Amino acid sequence: MIAHAETVPSGRNPLVKFILRWLLTTNHKEIGTLYLSLSFLLFFIGGAMALTFRAELAQPGLQLMGADFYNQMVTLHGLVMVFGAVMPAFVGLANWMIPLQIGASDMALPRLNNFSFWIMPFAFGLLLSSLFMPGGAPNFGWTFYAPLSTTYGPPSTDFMILGIHMMGISSILGAINIIVTIFNLRAPGMTLMKMPMFVWTWLITAFLLIMAMPVLAGVVTMMLTDRHFGTSFFEASGGGDPLIFQHVFWFFGHPEVYIMILPGFGIASEIIPVFARKRIFGYTSMVWATGSIAILSFVVWGHHMFATGMPLATELWFMYATMVIAIPTGVKVFNWVATMWGGSMTFETPMLFALGFVVMFTIGGLSGLMLAIAPVDFQYHDTFFVVAHIHYVLYPGAIFATMAAVYYWIPKWTGNMYDERLGKIHFWTAVIALNLTFFPMHFVGLAGMPRRIADYALPFTGLNTFATAGAFLLGLTQLLFLYIVIKTVRGGPKATDQVWEGAKGLEWTVPSPAPLHTFEVPPKVD
Amino acid sequence: MSQEAIHSGDGPPDYYVPHSSALPIVGSTALFITAFGAGHFIQQSTDTVPTNTGSFGFWIFLIGLVAVACMMYSWFSTVVKESYQGLVSEKLDRSFRQTMFWFIVSEIMFFAAFFGALFHARVITVPWLAGASDNLQTHLLLWPDFADTWPLFLTPGGGLTQAMAAWGLPFINTVILVTSSVTITLAHWALKKNSRGPLKVWLGLTVLLGSVFLVLQVVEYVEAYHELGLTMSSGIYGSTFFMLTGFHGAHVTLGTIMLAVMLIRTMRGHFTADDHFAFEASSWYWHFVDVVWLGLFTFVYWF
Ligand code: HEM
Ligand SMILES: [Cu+2]
Repeated sequence: MIAHAETVPSGRNPLVKFILRWLLTTNHKEIGTLYLSLSFLLFFIGGAMALTFRAELAQPGLQLMGADFYNQMVTLHGLVMVFGAVMPAFVGLANWMIPLQIGASDMALPRLNNFSFWIMPFAFGLLLSSLFMPGGAPNFGWTFYAPLSTTYGPPSTDFMILGIHMMGISSILGAINIIVTIFNLRAPGMTLMKMPMFVWTWLITAFLLIMAMPVLAGVVTMMLTDRHFGTSFFEASGGGDPLIFQHVFWFFGHPEVYIMILPGFGIASEIIPVFARKRIFGYTSMVWATGSIAILSFVVWGHHMFATGMPLATELWFMYATMVIAIPTGVKVFNWVATMWGGSMTFETPMLFALGFVVMFTIGGLSGLMLAIAPVDFQYHDTFFVVAHIHYVLYPGAIFATMAAVYYWIPKWTGNMYDERLGKIHFWTAVIALNLTFFPMHFVGLAGMPRRIADYALPFTGLNTFATAGAFLLGLTQLLFLYIVIKTVRGGPKATDQVWEGAKGLEWTVPSPAPLHTFEVPPKVD
Repeated sequence: MSQEAIHSGDGPPDYYVPHSSALPIVGSTALFITAFGAGHFIQQSTDTVPTNTGSFGFWIFLIGLVAVACMMYSWFSTVVKESYQGLVSEKLDRSFRQTMFWFIVSEIMFFAAFFGALFHARVITVPWLAGASDNLQTHLLLWPDFADTWPLFLTPGGGLTQAMAAWGLPFINTVILVTSSVTITLAHWALKKNSRGPLKVWLGLTVLLGSVFLVLQVVEYVEAYHELGLTMSSGIYGSTFFMLTGFHGAHVTLGTIMLAVMLIRTMRGHFTADDHFAFEASSWYWHFVDVVWLGLFTFVYWF
């Protein structure tokens, strides 16, 4: 039996009860919902910032804002999306689904789980408050390179640093909780090699988080002491080096980009077999590919630094090592396609998003491969080509994966089916808008338009106007998504327990909506 | 676990899922107050942000720290109480162990960031500034007089310092920490044999050694600042020196506090020969702090 104590003291006013319930909960499903809601909110905040600077880029010249405010928007957009939208969304999904998928009654450390969540709103409060500080918000890009962020950073940089420390604490504690849950709370018979791919990818992601986030904490700490206590880690006149910043940052940064995609790989690997009504092709190779991507991701960070004048041997190492990552990534794409091969496929919204993920993530992977070629990266680096790359891996990658997961699991969460017609409209408008927005960036980037600059040369006008139009359409489609989610939460056709015809796995054995406590008695898996 | 075993009345529940709890929200609020205060405190006390004056930052920071400490005290005593109520099953105990393991892994990576900076500075940056590899032009143009030495006595910008000798206080401190790793192990063995007397002696000795280490560290810092001219701002040597030894010292402080709490709990009769996870976790932490020191002694002081 699982020992619980009753969740909320009774006999108080309903509003107080409501607030206390969400503040004090230790339940993995409620905490999952909290994470997902926060991530959704920050997704819109980050999106509004993107539309702000996209509006400025609609025409050459400066119409709406100064160059400094433009850069503040770019910086906060990146930080909010990476740490506030993508990461908490995946953690929210992990909270909801990992215990359900491995037959555990809750996360391993439920109180710690609540702590990890409630650090986040405070951390983002701190980060976003920088907008209202004298000197404005941080304005040096989400990668906060020294010396832009040390010698030349605005005062609010200190609060960004402390906000990042808090996010780091939250991520590390959350990751530890997830790892321990997976290692320790699997139902009897659920061996490692029987775990659903989503669980596998999260296990490896959590490992990456534990290895990478402390390094981020280290680098921002060095920034703080360089700014205020006279150290010279990133200051050549003291024998330090801005390159030290870049090395340490990217030692965190590259694993970080895999933190933002591996759970997405897991989601695609869950959804595609269900709607192809076949078992996943090459489960074992999927596990191995994920593991090798994770390990390789610690030895390729220098591909972000090709243009800094590293020694030739180092450039070569990072170039080849990066290309090697394309192999396990290719294995995954191959397996997804092979899973669909000969399947009897249907195209409900989760499947559409999963397919959109596979196709467009692959485009991002290919532009990554181009960037990985050191000699040509000298041309591409710091241009909109890189912006195109990161948005193809992150938007149809991380964000589409999250949306696929929401459509796929929301019937289990709410007990209601979403509106299939609206879901399809959402998908197709999003795909069109997304490509309108980001595809032109490849061309302006190759032609030399630099990133993080508010103005541009006249010949780039047409494609930029195009991209801005796409961006606003993309923003609109996400309002539709918000509407669909709210509508589904409030009602809709009742979902069955299995929800999807081809769905297998423990999460589909519990009722829809999943009751607050599930698997109090561990299920048997054979 | 079979169904019967789960339902049999006595013994801990299969897995204890705690109450809704106010600890986390108190903790995150406290953390926020600490960070908010720290930001203002740093800006106000270092005079680098002219728009932020006053001294409220310090007080907010202090309040936050106290709140964090209270939260942690209350959190850990809750867990201890739950353990006395027999709520901790073997499985939950395993969760605690794994959690501590991964926490230490994350701590190691935190130090790795600073070691990385140290190695890069020593192996690449300083030689490059002196013209190595293909940097002769830069060297001649910017700092033609700069020479490649380690410890870096004279920075390119002209900052001067002396080095901290390895075989004085740092070596004594090495001996102290290594000894303390032995004494904590002896304490653990004593606990496993349930010999409370030796347990108290060895544990007390460990706490004492930890404290002596910290005192000597302070003495060393005073010497660095007043006699050697070695400060945080004396170039990359001072930066890495104080960052690494400073964070290590903070971890020794934390470890000593943990062990002191274990000592108090031992005095109060807590722990049994086969149930003493908190003690083990603290001793793991202590070994981690010790190993990091060996890295420090080797790369910060010695070579
Ligand atoms: C086949 C796999 C990939 C390869 C070969 C690759 C390669 C690269 C390279 C070489 C760069 C540096 C470009 C430059 O700054 O000049 C880069 C940047 C970037 N990549 Fe990838 N990448 C891959 C996958 C991914 C994935 C899966 C993600 C995230 C989900 C990602 C996110 C990013 C981001 C965010 C940046 C830009 C960082 C910045 O702001 O400077 N990449 N990639
Ligand atoms: Cu990378």
